[in-house]
Amino acid sequence: MKKILNNKTTRTNLVTYLVVIIAFIVMQLANSAGMLGSSMKGLLVPICVYISLAVSLNLLVGICGELSLGHAGFMGIGAFSGIIIAALLKDTVANDFLRLLLAMLCGGVLAGIIGFLIGVPVLRLRGDYLAIVTLAFGEIMKNIIGNLYAGTDSEGFHIAVSTSKMKLAAGGKYIVNGPLGATGIQKLATFTMGFLLVLFTLFIVQNLINSKEGRAIRAVRDNRIAAESVGINVTAFRMKAFVVSAFLAGMAGALFGLNYSSVTAPKFNFNTSINILVFVVLGGMGNILGSVISATVLYVLPEALRGLQDYRMILYAIVLILVMLFTWSPKVKEFMSVIADKASGVFKKKEAGTNE
Amino acid sequence: MKKFVAMLLAALMVLSLAACGGSSAPAETKADAAPAATEAPAAEAPAAEGAAPALKIGLTGPMTGSVSAYGLAVRGGMEIAVAEINARGGLQIEFKSEDDEADGSDKAVSAYNSLKDWGMQIMAGPVTTGSSLAIAAETVNDQIFMLTPSASATDVAMTGSNVYQMCFTDPNQGASAAELMAQKWPDATIGVIYDSSDAYSAGIVDGFLTKASELGLNIAVDNAAFTADNKADLSTQVNMCKDAGCDLVFLPFYYTEAAQVLTYANTVGYAPTFFGCDGMDGILTVEGFDAKLAEGLVLMTPFDANATDEATVKFVEQFKANNGGLVPNQFAADGYDVIYALYNACVAAGVDGSTPAADVCAALQEQFKTLTVDGLTGKGMTWDENGMISKAPAAMVVKDGAYAPLA
Amino acid sequence: MQILQYLINGISIGSVYAIIALGYTMVYGIAKMLNFAHGDVIMIGAYISFCVTSYLGLPAWVSIIAAVVVCTLLGITIEGLAYKPLRGTPSLAVLITAIGVSYFLQNAAQLIWSSSPKNFTSVVTMKPISLADGKIVITGEVLLTVAACILVMVGLTLFTSKTRTGKAMRAVSEDRDAAQLMGINVNQTISTTFAIGSALAAIAGVLLCSTVPTLQPTTGSMPGIRAFTAAVFGGIGSIPGAMLGGILLGIIETFSKAYLSTQFSDAIVFSVLIIILLVKPAGLLGKQIQEKV
Repeated sequence: MKKILNNKTTRTNLVTYLVVIIAFIVMQLANSAGMLGSSMKGLLVPICVYISLAVSLNLLVGICGELSLGHAGFMGIGAFSGIIIAALLKDTVANDFLRLLLAMLCGGVLAGIIGFLIGVPVLRLRGDYLAIVTLAFGEIMKNIIGNLYAGTDSEGFHIAVSTSKMKLAAGGKYIVNGPLGATGIQKLATFTMGFLLVLFTLFIVQNLINSKEGRAIRAVRDNRIAAESVGINVTAFRMKAFVVSAFLAGMAGALFGLNYSSVTAPKFNFNTSINILVFVVLGGMGNILGSVISATVLYVLPEALRGLQDYRMILYAIVLILVMLFTWSPKVKEFMSVIADKASGVFKKKEAGTNE
Repeated sequence: MKKFVAMLLAALMVLSLAACGGSSAPAETKADAAPAATEAPAAEAPAAEGAAPALKIGLTGPMTGSVSAYGLAVRGGMEIAVAEINARGGLQIEFKSEDDEADGSDKAVSAYNSLKDWGMQIMAGPVTTGSSLAIAAETVNDQIFMLTPSASATDVAMTGSNVYQMCFTDPNQGASAAELMAQKWPDATIGVIYDSSDAYSAGIVDGFLTKASELGLNIAVDNAAFTADNKADLSTQVNMCKDAGCDLVFLPFYYTEAAQVLTYANTVGYAPTFFGCDGMDGILTVEGFDAKLAEGLVLMTPFDANATDEATVKFVEQFKANNGGLVPNQFAADGYDVIYALYNACVAAGVDGSTPAADVCAALQEQFKTLTVDGLTGKGMTWDENGMISKAPAAMVVKDGAYAPLA
Repeated sequence: MQILQYLINGISIGSVYAIIALGYTMVYGIAKMLNFAHGDVIMIGAYISFCVTSYLGLPAWVSIIAAVVVCTLLGITIEGLAYKPLRGTPSLAVLITAIGVSYFLQNAAQLIWSSSPKNFTSVVTMKPISLADGKIVITGEVLLTVAACILVMVGLTLFTSKTRTGKAMRAVSEDRDAAQLMGINVNQTISTTFAIGSALAAIAGVLLCSTVPTLQPTTGSMPGIRAFTAAVFGGIGSIPGAMLGGILLGIIETFSKAYLSTQFSDAIVFSVLIIILLVKPAGLLGKQIQEKV
C-alpha cells in the first residue's frame, strides 16, 4: 500500500478521483439540504458532460499531441443517436436509468465507430493538417445532422437525411426534425449519471495513460521518429486514442442531449469544439485533474458573470486572455513558482474547496 | 507541481473575479434599467411605497453573438412598455433580461434558471425558436406562464397549455404567402431562397410548398438554400432563380440576409418581384442600405414603423431615443405588445407580485381564452386553445422607401 | 453560359477568401501560430471603413487608408499585449489566447457599433460588365478583389525574397533559433509580420464587405474560418498556395451549390478538402517537410 502511494502518478490519479468524489458528495448534500438554486442545479449535469469532454480531448491533445478541432462533432453524434435510441426504447425498457445507460452506450459506440472510420484515412495527417481535417469533419457532421429527420408513425421507425422534410403518416411523431433539431426529448439525465460518467472517463483515460500503451503514446508524442525506430506501432496507438476519445465524447454527448428537451445541430459547431479545447489547454495539456478543474471553472464563469448583463462576454474574453497569460507566460511562471514554493503547503489544503 | 499550483492560483483568480462580477451585479442592472426608469421617476416613488410588490417578468434572448440584433430589439421594445406601464401607477412591473446566446439547450436553460432564481413570475420570451423549444418544456414543468414575442415554430406553442405566441406560426405564414401569391400572381414562375439551417425559414418553406402544390403554383426553384455558415455568398442562389426565369422570388428569412440578396440582384440587373415574410421587416432601416433597392418588395408584416397612428408614432420616437436613433422593427413591436398583453391579462385577473408563479400561470391561461389585445402589431388579437395568435398579416409593398398596403 | 456565371461567382467569393487567407498564411508561416482573431480584425477594418465613409463622408480611398492604419495599430497592440508574452510556449497556448482576443473583438464591436446590421457601401463605383445579353455579369468588386489578391501575392513574394526584413522573416520561419544566432531580432520580426498581416486584414475587410455588404460584429468569423481552410488547402505558409486555395475553395463552394445540393454544400466543400488533404497531405502547394531524427 505504501509503495502504491509513493508512486507519483498513482497518487495524482487517486487525488483526481478523490476530488471528483468529494465534489459530488458535497453537491449532493447541498442539494438535499435545499441550498442550491435552480441555476446551480441546472449546471450540474452539463459540468459533468464538459468535464468528460475535456478529459477525453486531453487524451488526444495533451497525451497524444494531436490537435483536434472537431470534438463537438463526436459529441453531436452521441447526442442525436442517444436521443433516438432513448425515444425508441421508451416502451421496451421501463427503467429510466437503464434506458439512459443504453442510450449513452449506443451514442458512444456509434461515435467510436465513426471515429474509427474517419481515423483510418485521417490519422496519416499530422499537426495543423489533422486539426483542419477534424474541423472539417465537425462541420460535415453538423451539416448532416441539420438535415436529419427521424420519427415513428404507424408503419414504424423512419430515418432519413434529406433536403426536404421527411413526411410521416398521420399521427406520427418526429424525434429529430431537421433544422428544428430534436424536440420533445424526455429528460433522462441525472447528476448521478453525470458523476458516474466522469468517474468512468477518468478510469478509462488514466488507465490508458499509465498502461504500457500510454507510455508508448507519450513516446510517440515526444518523438515520433524515435518511437518508431524502437518498434512502436505509431498509427495503431494514435488510432486507439482517437477512437477512445470519440467514444467518450459520444457518451458525454448522449448525456448532454438527454438533459434538455431540445437540442439543435448548431450546438455542435466549431465554437463548442474550441471551448472544449480551451478547457484542456487552460487546465494544462496532459494534466487530467487540470482539465476537470478548468472545465468546471470555465463553464460556470459565464453564468457567474450574468450580473454584468451586456458586458458579460467581453469580461469572459478578458479573463480568458489574462488566465492564459498568467498560466503560460514564462515571466509570470517564474514569479509564480517563487510564490508557489512558499505557499504550496497552504494551497494543497485549499484544493478541495475550490473545486466545487 | 509548480504548474499545478500556478493553475490553481489562476482558478482562484477566476473565481474571485466571478465573485466580483456577481457582487457588482445590482449596480449594473440598475444602470441598465436607467433609461427606462428615467421615463417616470415620479411614478416610481409612490409605487415603491405601495402595498403590492411589482410583478416580475423575465425575458431571455440573444444579447450577444450573431443574432443579438433580434434579442436586443425585443428587449428595447419591452423596456418601453414596462416604463410606460410603471409610469401609470397601479400594477408595477419589474423586468429582467438574460442572454441565452440563441442556444437551443444548455445556455437557454441556464438563462431561464437564473431568471427563476430571481423570482420570475412570467416568462416573456424567449426570442428565438431554438431557445423557446428548450425553455417551453421547463416552463411546463414549473408552471410558469410563457408568451414568446417571436419564436414562431408550431412546436413551441404545442409544448404545453401555458405556452403562447405573439407572432404568426411559420407554416401558417408560409401558407398565407402561397395564398396571396395565388391571388395576385397566379401565373408567376416562382423561386424560393431560404436558410435551411434555420428553423424559422425552413418552417415557412415547408408550409409554403405544401400550400403551393395544393394551389397549383408554378415553383421553378425550391432548392436554393443557404446555411448560417455559407451565407456570406448568396449570389449562386440568386443566379439559380435568374436562370430558371423566375419573376417572383420568395425570401422567407431575415432582413439581414435579404439586404444581401437585393444588393446582388440589383448588381446583376435581375429585377423580379421579391416577396418576404415578417422577418423582412427592418430592411428599410438597415444603416447604409439604399432603400431604392427594396422598391417594389412585397412583404407580410404585422408592423410598420412609418404608420401614423398615435401608438406607433409614440413607440417609434421612444425607441429611437433609447437606442441611439435605431428605428424599431417587428421584433421590438412584438416585445412591446407582449408586455401589454401580459399586463392587461394580469390586471384583469387581479394578480400582482405577491401571487405565486403557478397561480399567475393558471389565472393567465384563463384570461388568454377571452383576451383581446389591440397592439402595435395588430388590432383585436386573440389566442386559440393551443396558444397561437390570430391576427391578420398585412401585405405591404415598398413604395418610395416606405410601406404601402398591397393593392 | 450558366457555368461561366457560376465560375465568376466562385472566383468572386473565392478571391475574398484568398485575400483573407494571405493574411492567415503570412502569420502562420512566420510566427507559426493560428491567429483565429484574424477574421475579427477584418471585421474591425470593415467597420472603420464604414464609419469613415458614412459618418465622416470622406471618399472610399481615405476610408481604406484609415482602416489599414487602425488595423495595423490594433494588430501591433494585440500582438504586444496578448501574444508576445507567450513567445516560446507551445503554439496551442497562443491559439487559445487568439480565441480570447477573437471573443474580445467581437464583443467590443457589439458594444461600440451595436449588433444591428449595417449595409456596407461598396468601394467600387464601376458599373458591372454585362456579356452575352446579361447572362454573364462581371462586377467591379470581382475585378478589384482579384487584382488586389494578385498585387498582394506578388508584393509579399517580392518582399520576403528581396528585402532585408523579408529575408529575416523567412529565416525566422525556417529556424527560429538559428535566425537568432545569426543576429536577427526574432521578436521584432514577428511583430512586423503581425503588423503586415493586420494591414492585409483591413484591406480584406473592405473587399469582403464590398462583395458581401452585410456588416455585423460576427461578419468576420465564418469567412475567417473558411479562409483558414483555404490557406491549409493551398498549403499553409505558402503565399501562392493561399491564393490558389482561396479561389479553388470559392469555386468548389459555388459549383456544389449550383449543381449538387445547396443544403449539403458545407458538407461537400469540407469533404473535398479532406480528400485533397489525404492525397496531398501538405496542401496543394505546401512543402512536404521531411522530419529529421
